[in-house]
Amino acid sequence: MELIKVWDIPGGVHPPENKHQSMVEPLGQIEIPPQLILPVSQHIGAPAKPIVEVGQKVLGGEVVAEADGVFSANVHASTSGTVAAIVEHVVPHPSGMRDTCVIIDTDGKDEWVALEPWEDYTQRDHDDVVKRIRDCGIAGLGGAGFPAAVKLNPRSNHTIDTLIINGTECEPYITADDMLMRERADEIVAGTQILARLLHDPERVIIGIEDNKPEAIERVRKAAEGTNILVVSFPTKYPSGGEKQLIQILTGREVPSGQIPATIGVVCQNVGTTAAVYRALRYGEPLVKRITTVVGEALEQQRNIEVLLGTPVHYVLDKHGFNEKKASRLVMGGPMMGFALPDTSVPVVKTTNCLLAPSKKELPPPEPAMACIRCGMCAEACPAELLPQQLFWYAQAEDLEKLETHNLFDCIECGACSYVCPSHIPLVQYYRAAKGEIRQHRIDKEKSDRSRRRFEFRQERIAKEEAEKEAKRLARKKAAEEAKKKLAEQKAAAPADAKPAPAEDADKQLAKLERLLASAQERLKKAEQPLTDDATDEQREKQAASIKQAELKVSEAQKKLNEFKASNIAKTSENKPASDDPVAAAIERAKAKQTMAPEEKLRASIESLQKRLEKAEQKAADAEADKPDMVDALKQGVAKLKEKIASAEKELAELAPAKSSASKEDKTSSTPDAAQAAIERAKAKMSMSPEEKLRSTLESLYKRLEKAEQKAADAKAEGSDKAEALQQGVDKLKEKIASTQQELDEVKPSTVAEETPQDPATSDAASLAIEKAKAKAAAMATMSASDKLRNQVDSLEARLEKSRAKLAKAEQENDDNVDAFRSAVTKLEDKLAATREQLAEHE
Amino acid sequence: MALKRITSPHTHRALGTGAVMRNVVFATLPGLVVLTYFFGLGTLHNVLLASIAAMGFEAAVMKLRGRPVWFYLRDCSALVTGVLLGLALPPYCPWWLVVLGSAVAIILAKQLYGGMGFNPFNPAMVAYVVLLISFPLQMSQWAAPQDIGGQTPGIVEALKQIWLGSPIDGYTAATPLDTVKQNSSLMLDALYLQDPVLSAGQFAGAGWEWANVAFLLGGLYLLYRRIFTWHAPVAMLASLSLMAALFYDGGSSQSGGSVLFHLFSGATMLGAFFIVTDPVSSAVSTRGRLIYGAAIGVLIYVIRIWGNYPDGVAFAVLLLNFAAPFIDYYTLPRTYGHKKSERATRKVDQ
Repeated sequence: MELIKVWDIPGGVHPPENKHQSMVEPLGQIEIPPQLILPVSQHIGAPAKPIVEVGQKVLGGEVVAEADGVFSANVHASTSGTVAAIVEHVVPHPSGMRDTCVIIDTDGKDEWVALEPWEDYTQRDHDDVVKRIRDCGIAGLGGAGFPAAVKLNPRSNHTIDTLIINGTECEPYITADDMLMRERADEIVAGTQILARLLHDPERVIIGIEDNKPEAIERVRKAAEGTNILVVSFPTKYPSGGEKQLIQILTGREVPSGQIPATIGVVCQNVGTTAAVYRALRYGEPLVKRITTVVGEALEQQRNIEVLLGTPVHYVLDKHGFNEKKASRLVMGGPMMGFALPDTSVPVVKTTNCLLAPSKKELPPPEPAMACIRCGMCAEACPAELLPQQLFWYAQAEDLEKLETHNLFDCIECGACSYVCPSHIPLVQYYRAAKGEIRQHRIDKEKSDRSRRRFEFRQERIAKEEAEKEAKRLARKKAAEEAKKKLAEQKAAAPADAKPAPAEDADKQLAKLERLLASAQERLKKAEQPLTDDATDEQREKQAASIKQAELKVSEAQKKLNEFKASNIAKTSENKPASDDPVAAAIERAKAKQTMAPEEKLRASIESLQKRLEKAEQKAADAEADKPDMVDALKQGVAKLKEKIASAEKELAELAPAKSSASKEDKTSSTPDAAQAAIERAKAKMSMSPEEKLRSTLESLYKRLEKAEQKAADAKAEGSDKAEALQQGVDKLKEKIASTQQELDEVKPSTVAEETPQDPATSDAASLAIEKAKAKAAAMATMSASDKLRNQVDSLEARLEKSRAKLAKAEQENDDNVDAFRSAVTKLEDKLAATREQLAEHE
Repeated sequence: MALKRITSPHTHRALGTGAVMRNVVFATLPGLVVLTYFFGLGTLHNVLLASIAAMGFEAAVMKLRGRPVWFYLRDCSALVTGVLLGLALPPYCPWWLVVLGSAVAIILAKQLYGGMGFNPFNPAMVAYVVLLISFPLQMSQWAAPQDIGGQTPGIVEALKQIWLGSPIDGYTAATPLDTVKQNSSLMLDALYLQDPVLSAGQFAGAGWEWANVAFLLGGLYLLYRRIFTWHAPVAMLASLSLMAALFYDGGSSQSGGSVLFHLFSGATMLGAFFIVTDPVSSAVSTRGRLIYGAAIGVLIYVIRIWGNYPDGVAFAVLLLNFAAPFIDYYTLPRTYGHKKSERATRKVDQ
């Protein structure tokens, strides 16, 4: 056999071993307890998620809680029974905290799920094996409970050259691994071979055992004969069994601070874990039991037992004649690193290697701590080569920075320093507390850093915006000055017949004229505001005068605008390329949509709709409480939203199966279909005659108007301060409609003219039409509010009629869109009613 | 059922602070015996008186501070301070000198800083230096060793001298360190032949050499019991030897004395194993203790040869007490998993 150099570790202590007591008797068994308590978190990492229900029958080996992610482990029922509860229960933890546990009333039948043994487990491929290990819920049985499968998939940048199986068991009293190695050396060796294969056969595969277990060493050596596994024994010293220490002993390498053994090419597993891996693969057995040492002078019987996970500690103790009065404490784990249990109702879990019930004579209560005399015995004992006395000093002073410079986080909390401390200072406890404090401090720091960064970023953004605004303002100012100058020049030049201004100027002028008109209208509206009854005659007269003036101004503005438009329109209607732009933009948009899958789009819209629905519902609920008059409107809104969501979901549902059933090729081609259609539409638009175009614009404008009016009405009902703005929007839309209508009117004759260029009469007709449109626009502009409303009512009535006709048709034909039509009709009806009401108010 | 919640580890080594201190006291016994044999009852009286006074002051301060008196007396740290001070003071010095020294050690040097574990300076050495500076006459009168002065003073004579101040005739003699320091004309060989104390001794002066050997034995016992590590004392003795060897110059009239002479005269061994090893006021890491001890060794030689005082252990120790926290900052051990040792002055991103 190849010899391997065994390295020494710094520090370490030699506490009394006390291992013989539990090795007198052979490995024992205890009966199935009446109740099992299975914590969902028996390992390091995310707690498993319970997947059983209260009252459900479970069989042995059935998963009761499922691993939540990679850093987690399944929890299985240890025997058959009924799920009695899924509750918070005290779990084995130093703090005595409570955690979710699945509680099972056992039925004593021990019926099991059908396991799937693998005769050919050595032939199975890597992923299957890792999956089985994961499925069987195997977590490190040594101490920390690290999910075993995680270590078996090392990152690609880590080449594992050494696999170490830890059979050190350096803690006093504990003999569970010793017993396992004596009884099941074959399983350990087979498990080791499995692990080695999973790690692509590392150069060295070592089973490390302390030399105080000669029988175990012999058995394992014998079992490993003929394999490439090295069984290495080394001098007994606490804490040789610490993962980092064992790696140092067997390889001379140190795991870099803050990193995992895989970074230096080492993977370490406990012998118990290794045996469990073998049983999982060979027999399909999940991890539901383990060997635990039950020891201490407060017990009548001291031995190792194989115990079901979840067995309450008091059940185990009762079976071993526990004398509570005699016990100084009850420890889960060994006397160096184990923790005192707050009570005996906690269960045995995957990491429970020992239950220690010492008498007061055996482990007397700690003496009161004295002052630290900095004797340095702790530093001599420290296997991590820290300066515990300095750490203690700084921990007391809460000097977190010094604690970190003294490498507090490299402390493995082995307790060697506390063990040797002549002043009986609970050093490890100080370090645990200090670590917690530093972690908290780091979290707080990060939080405050983040908010500071956010604040700074915001300040920066605001400053940038201000600067941009300022720049824009300056640019505008400059432009205005230049324009003024130009105007002055033009005036100075005073051209008799002004040539048509360039297109941009025309746009500008148009905008200006429109603005002029809008402001004149606004003023008129203000002037028209009804006076209160007690207004004096003088006031009335004044108002009449101002109304007249305003009306004059409006008509003037309108005239100017119309003249300008008339002079321009001819050009623009000929100038087809100008109208290309929006079409091209539409194509662009459609193309952009192509990149977004329709499904995604729908989902996004559903999401946003749902959000809106939530808000709307909230509002409705609020309103119910204090504004009963608004409730109806809000409820309507909610209903509408719901409808929308339903239809969107329907669409999505229709889309989803279509998509899933479609082949890959279809998928790629089906997505652009919608986009293609949009492109088609846009193209169609391009080929449309200007008249048609205008008509469609007009239509869409009407639609928008309708919506805007609805919104404005809602806003008014709610008394929201947005009402005014919305009303303005409505007015603007109306204006646009009017102008479009006018354009349309103008275009109609012009197209006619084009068709019959020789006919001189048509030109007259056109000018007539222009005249008419002008008159109409002027009339509209000067119309009183009630007239406007009346107009609206008329048009609404007409539309309603049409919609009703459509609906009837759709109903007859059983069209899919019936619903939509119906809702449109009801909407129109509502609106009509509302408008009529308004009209009534005006008159 | 509720159980006691006790933090790990649950088992402890039997050795407590009280036991450590008692071990130290026990280890001084050979030295005390040898001193008493050569110089009479003076030292024994000093030790007893200083111990009682030190414990008395400790108890008084504890009472003043409202602390459990017995709990703190039991740690025996005051006893150790008293014993060490008693051993360092000249035999047959007046009683008030001893009591005053104990008061300075316990009250000034220890309790005013917060009591055990918090004193930056070695209390016994603070007291010794305070007395040496304040009462140079009384502090520089050492008794002659038995071999050359004929008889050591009897009990009655001794008590009279100590408590009543009635002087004993001609009981004092220059110490070997004094002799070498005062010498300016004789070769060392000649000096060894001429001086009564040196000529009566084997290698470092009658009485003194054996007292040092006895303290060395006590120190080895403590090392064996792992009460402290070898680093500081060995470093101190090594650097002192090195200095002595460097400046020996073959034994001329300017010579500082041989290596053996320096190792076994004055307070060398007492200092090396009982003062330098005081954990509270020394550096903490292994490397730190090597530096701390070596620096003390160098300073002892410097003070002995070029300073105003014949011996320099107390001054050297106090100077390095000042430096100990500084040494600690730069001598952190290399922690497991770290490429190199860090400095405590390193900035940490928190």
